[in-house]
Amino acid sequence: MMWWKKKRRAIVCEQAVRLMAGYLDGVLPEADRARLEAHLSDCPHCSEHLAQLRIAIVAAGRAEPDDLPEEAVEDLVAVFRRWQQR
Amino acid sequence: MDDHELVARLRGGDERAFASLVRQHQPSLLRLAEAMVGSRAVAEEVVQDTWLAVCKGAPAFEERSTLKTWIYAILVNRARSTASREHRSEPVDGDEYEGCFDSSGVWAAPPIPWSEKVDDEIVAHQFAKLVSEVLPHLPDVQQQVLLLRDVEGLPAAEVAALLSISDGNQRVLLHRARCRIRQHLENAMGGEWS
Repeated sequence: MMWWKKKRRAIVCEQAVRLMAGYLDGVLPEADRARLEAHLSDCPHCSEHLAQLRIAIVAAGRAEPDDLPEEAVEDLVAVFRRWQQR
Repeated sequence: MDDHELVARLRGGDERAFASLVRQHQPSLLRLAEAMVGSRAVAEEVVQDTWLAVCKGAPAFEERSTLKTWIYAILVNRARSTASREHRSEPVDGDEYEGCFDSSGVWAAPPIPWSEKVDDEIVAHQFAKLVSEVLPHLPDVQQQVLLLRDVEGLPAAEVAALLSISDGNQRVLLHRARCRIRQHLENAMGGEWS
C-alpha cells in the first residue's frame, strides 16, 4: 500500500468527541473508527472524556426507579381480574 | 419465567404471572411515561391504560419482539397520543459542546481527570443516585432515549423505532443525554476531585 493511502487524515478533539456516540454504539465506519482511535492514543483529554462517558453509561444502567408500593401492584391485579371476569 | 411462559400464563388468567410482570416493569414504565407526558398523575393513567392493553392484547401477542419491547411500545404509543393531546412541546435543545473547544477544535478547558477515581462500589452506588436525580431535568426526548437505551438496555434500533426517530437522531439525543449526566456527575463530585 502506498504511503498516502496508509496515512489517514488526523482529526482534532472537537471532531473526536462528536464521533464518540457512534463509537460507543460500534457503528462508526472503519475509517472514522481508525481516526478516532489514533486521536485517542495521542490525546489524554479525549481519552478521559470517553472514559467519563462510559462511567455515565454504567451509572445510568444502575439507576433504579422509585420503589413500587404493594398496593399499586394489588390495584393493577384488580384491573387484570376485572378484565378476566368480563 | 421466560416470555413465552409468562404470556401463556397471562392468557390463562394467572394473576401471579401478571403481578410479577407488574413488579418487574411498573416502576420503569411509570418513569418513562412521566418523561413523556410531564405529569405523574397523567403518567399513572397512561401506565394503567397500558396494562389494560396488555391484558387485552396478550392472546394476540405473536412474540415477534420481546415481551418487554411489546409492553414499552404500547406505553410509548399511549403516552405519545396523550402528550400530543396536551400539546407538550420539546424545548429547544442546545449543543452540549458549545464553548468547550477553541477555534482550532482543541479543548478550551480540558476535562478534569476523574475517571480513574471511581472504580469502587460506593462511588458507583452514589453515581446511580446522581443519575436518578438528574434524569427528570433532561429535555424530554433525551430522557426517553436515555431511559430506554442506557437504563432499560433496549437496542438502538428498537428505541429508534419505538420513538419514531431516525437511528442517527436517536444517537445524537443519547449522546447529549450522556454528556449531561457526565457533567452532573462531575459537578456533584467536583469538590472531591479538584
